[in-house]
Amino acid sequence: MIFGVGLPFFLAAMITLIGALAAATMRNLVHCALSLTVAFGGLALIYLQLDAQFAGFAQILVYIGAVAILVVFAILLTRGVGTTLIHVYAQKWVLGLLLAAGVFALLGWAVLTSIPRVAAPAIAVPTVLAIGQSLMYDYVLPLEITAVLLTVALIGAVIVAMPEFKKNGGAE
Amino acid sequence: MTPLTAYLLLAAMIFALGLGIALTRRVAILVLIGIELMLNAANLNLIAFWRFGPHPEALTGMMFAIFSIAVAAAEAAVGLGLVIAYHRHAKTTDLDAMTRMKG
Repeated sequence: MIFGVGLPFFLAAMITLIGALAAATMRNLVHCALSLTVAFGGLALIYLQLDAQFAGFAQILVYIGAVAILVVFAILLTRGVGTTLIHVYAQKWVLGLLLAAGVFALLGWAVLTSIPRVAAPAIAVPTVLAIGQSLMYDYVLPLEITAVLLTVALIGAVIVAMPEFKKNGGAE
Repeated sequence: MTPLTAYLLLAAMIFALGLGIALTRRVAILVLIGIELMLNAANLNLIAFWRFGPHPEALTGMMFAIFSIAVAAAEAAVGLGLVIAYHRHAKTTDLDAMTRMKG
């Protein structure tokens, strides 16, 4: 027990926080994206500890597998590798830092003063069968709307990022 | 410190870090990274409340988190597409240089 929490949670939390902190402070954009991946991996470990296996593996597939790769691609398409930035922080970064610290203080105060002492009820780990049945019976409408949203978003992203075509049909 | 408090405090820390990234960095892609971290903190809250709530067998919080992951993926695709389009147009991703719509 470290600080009143178990060792596995402490390690996963440290991995996540160090990854996020590195993403916040590093100067090289590619390093930022890689430390973001570490933070996503730590969060997946925490989901696995919380008996949410499906969400944990979805996190690994979607965030580490897709979003991180997408971020790296965007960095490489907009800027060369190895370019270290001179101006990393915005002009009013002190204001942003104060705002973030204020939000953290507010959230921490609310959590520490209001959470009753609850223990996790013992459950059987939800199976993929139960999750699939739940998606197909109870959540079938959100599932379909998500499918439409993903299709629209991906087509929209391709159209936004596509080079503009001139009237004679050729790319610029 | 109860387990639920620890999870919620961790989520608050991740949210604050993401907000700090989104408010202090200059590069548009890093701002998107900060927004992704904030969404992840919200997902952690949902799953922690699902696990420690009175009816975890109903799967409600986990379903919400799974849908949130899907929406976050769509958001990342559109956001990065916008960054690439702006970079093609103006040759920069510096947010402090994006002043064309400033009043």
